[in-house]
Amino acid sequence: MKRSLVRIAAVAAKEFRHLSRDRLSGAMILGIPLVMTLLFGYAINTDVRDLPAAVADQAGTTASRALAAGVEASGVVRIVDRVPDAAALERRLADGGIVVGLYIPADFEHRLADGRPVGQLLVDGSDPVVQNAARALTQAPLPALLDRVRPGAAGAEPAGGALAVRAYYNPERRSPVFIVPGLCGVILTLTMVLFTAVAIVRERERGNLELLITTPVGSLELMVGKILPYVVVGYLQASLILAIGVVLFDLPVRGSLVDFYGGAGVFVLSILTLGLLISTLAATQFQAFQMTFMSFLPQLLLSGFMFPFDGMPRGAQLLAELFPLTHFLRIVRGVVLRDADLMLMADDVWPLLAFFVVVMALATARFRKRLD
Amino acid sequence: MSEAPAIQADGLSRRFGDVLAVDDLTLTVPRRCIYGFLGPNGSGKSTTIRMLCGLLMPSAGSARVLGLPVPDEAEGLRRRVGYMTQRFSLYEDLSIRENLAFLARIFGLGRREIDQRLRRQMDRFELSSMARRTAGSLSGGQKQRLALAAATLHEPELLFLDEPTSAVDPESRRRFWEHLFELVDEGATVLVSTHFMDEAERCHRLAILDQGRLVADGRPDDLMRDVPAAVVEVECAEPQRARRLLLEDRAVLHIAQLGMRLHALLQPEVDGPEQRLAGRLRDAGIDAGTRLIRASLEDVFVMATTPDGRGGAAP
Repeated sequence: MKRSLVRIAAVAAKEFRHLSRDRLSGAMILGIPLVMTLLFGYAINTDVRDLPAAVADQAGTTASRALAAGVEASGVVRIVDRVPDAAALERRLADGGIVVGLYIPADFEHRLADGRPVGQLLVDGSDPVVQNAARALTQAPLPALLDRVRPGAAGAEPAGGALAVRAYYNPERRSPVFIVPGLCGVILTLTMVLFTAVAIVRERERGNLELLITTPVGSLELMVGKILPYVVVGYLQASLILAIGVVLFDLPVRGSLVDFYGGAGVFVLSILTLGLLISTLAATQFQAFQMTFMSFLPQLLLSGFMFPFDGMPRGAQLLAELFPLTHFLRIVRGVVLRDADLMLMADDVWPLLAFFVVVMALATARFRKRLD
Repeated sequence: MSEAPAIQADGLSRRFGDVLAVDDLTLTVPRRCIYGFLGPNGSGKSTTIRMLCGLLMPSAGSARVLGLPVPDEAEGLRRRVGYMTQRFSLYEDLSIRENLAFLARIFGLGRREIDQRLRRQMDRFELSSMARRTAGSLSGGQKQRLALAAATLHEPELLFLDEPTSAVDPESRRRFWEHLFELVDEGATVLVSTHFMDEAERCHRLAILDQGRLVADGRPDDLMRDVPAAVVEVECAEPQRARRLLLEDRAVLHIAQLGMRLHALLQPEVDGPEQRLAGRLRDAGIDAGTRLIRASLEDVFVMATTPDGRGGAAP
C-alpha cells in the first residue's frame, strides 16, 4: 500500500515536471480560460446596446427633444442621425445605416395630453434579439424617461413607470452573469479532457510506454498518478475563470466558495477519467484530439450551456444527463447565482461520482501492460 | 539445489497477421553469461525479447524466465529483470537525475537508497558531470549510457538489451561492452541482440536468428570451428571477373569481395579447395594467390542464413 502511494506520487511528480517544461501546455492552462472567458463574456451577449438609430422629430418641442434624449439615455440606441420625416427613416433602415428609427409626429403634445401613443419606433426586425430590445423600449420606460426630464409631463400616465426603468437595467439580464459560471464548466471540460487524452498516447508515441510497462507500476497507480496534477490545474483554471467573472463582469458570487470548489473538484475528477479513457482508445495524439472534440461538441450543445435544457426534446435530455457538464452547470449556476447548498444538490453530485468510478474502471481495464 | 537457467524457451512462436515473426524457437540461456541474438532486421530478435519480457503474448510455445513462466508471472519478474529498449525510451524533457530518480521510486527503492544508488549509477556510467542536463540534449553514446544506467538501477538478475549499440560510435560501443562484462562478473545474465559481427563474437554464447527461426547456436569459437564450409581467401588482379568465374564452380557456395581480395566458401568435402580455385583462375589467365583460412563469424552467419548453407549449420 505504501509502495503503491510512492509510485502514484512518483508518476504525479513526473507529470508535473512534464507540464512545467512544456510551454505550450502552460500557455493553454492559463490562455484558454482567459481568452474564452473574455470572448464569451464580451461577445456572446444577448443584451443589446448602442443600436444605431435616427430620429425624425416633427413636433420639435422641448418635450419631444426630451423624449429622444430619454430614449438614447437608455443605452439601447445611439442616435447617429436626424432626418425630416418617416419616409427618410424608412430609407435609412433599408440601406442599413440604422436599425431603429424614432418617429415623433407633429401632434406629439396632443397625444401626450390624451394618453395616446406619442410616437412610433421603426425597427429592423431581422434579428429577433434586436427586435425584442426595441419592443422593450416601447413598454414602460418611455413615460418614465419623459417624466424624469419634465415632471408631470406624462399627464394621464401614472408616475410609477420609474420602477420599470430600474427593472430594465436589472443586472440579472446581463448575459455574462449567466454565461461565466457555465463557461467555467465548458472550459474545464475542454482542457481537462484534452490534457489527459494525450497523456498516455504521448508516452506511447514517444516510446516511453515500452519502458514504463516493464516496471512494477500498476495500471491503476499509473492512471491515478496521471490525473492528480490535472486536478490542481483544474482548480487553477476554475479560480481564474471565477476571478475574471468577478473583476471584469461584476459576477456576483452568492454561494459559498467551499461549495463551488467542492462541486468543481468532483466534476474535474469525472471529466479527467473521460480523458484517460480516450487516451487508452486512441493510437496517436491526433486521434486523441479528434476524439476529444467529438466528445466535446455534444456536451457543449446539449448540456444546457448553449440552449435552455428545459426546451430540449426528451431524448436529448436523457442523453445530456449522461454528461458531467450537464450536472456541473446546474451545480455551478445554483451555487454561484442562487446561493444553493451543494448538499442539497446531491441529485447532480452523485451522477458525477458514478461517472468517475465507472469511467476510471473502464480506462484501467482498457490499459494493459502489454504491446499487443 | 540446482538453479534454473536464466531463460528456457520451448517452441516459442509469435504470429502478426500472416507473418510468422518468431517460428518455433527453442533455446536455453545459462546464467552469468552474455548471450547474443545475431540476425538481420526482421529476424525476430525484438519480438522474442518482448515475449520474454511479458510484453507480447506468444502465439504458441512457452518460456520460463529465471524459473518462472512468462507471461503469467511477468509482473512478479519486473523487479528481477531489466530491459533496455531498442528506441530510447526515457523522458527527453527530464534530466538524467530526474529520470533515474523517477524509476528508482517506481522500483520501490527507499529514500536513502535512492540517493546512494543514483550516485553509484551516474559515477559508473560517467553521467555525474551532466546530471542536470535533459535526456533529450544528450549524444547517442550518452543516451545509451543513461539507458543502461536506468535498466540496471534496480540490480536485475537478468538484463535484456535490444540492439543497444545501433546508434553509437565505435569507442562508445567498446566501453559499453566493458560495462556488460562487469555486470556479468557481478553475477548478472545479459541477453543482447545485435547485427554487428564483432559484438556477436564477444558473447559467451550466440543464437543466430533468420526469419524468425533459430538457425545456429553455440559458443562463437565452436560455431566458427564447426562451420560446414572450407574458407579460401583469393588475392588477384581482377577480383570482379574472378568472382564471376569462380561462382560457375558448383562447389563454391558463396563469394564476398573485400577490397582486392575475395572471400570464398566451398563445400567442405572438396579436396584441396585452395588449389582448385587457383587452378581455375590460372586456366582463365588470371594470376591469383589463394590460401585456406579460419572461418569468421561472418562465414558462420552466411552459411546459416543462405538457402544453400541452411541445414548444415553447427548444432
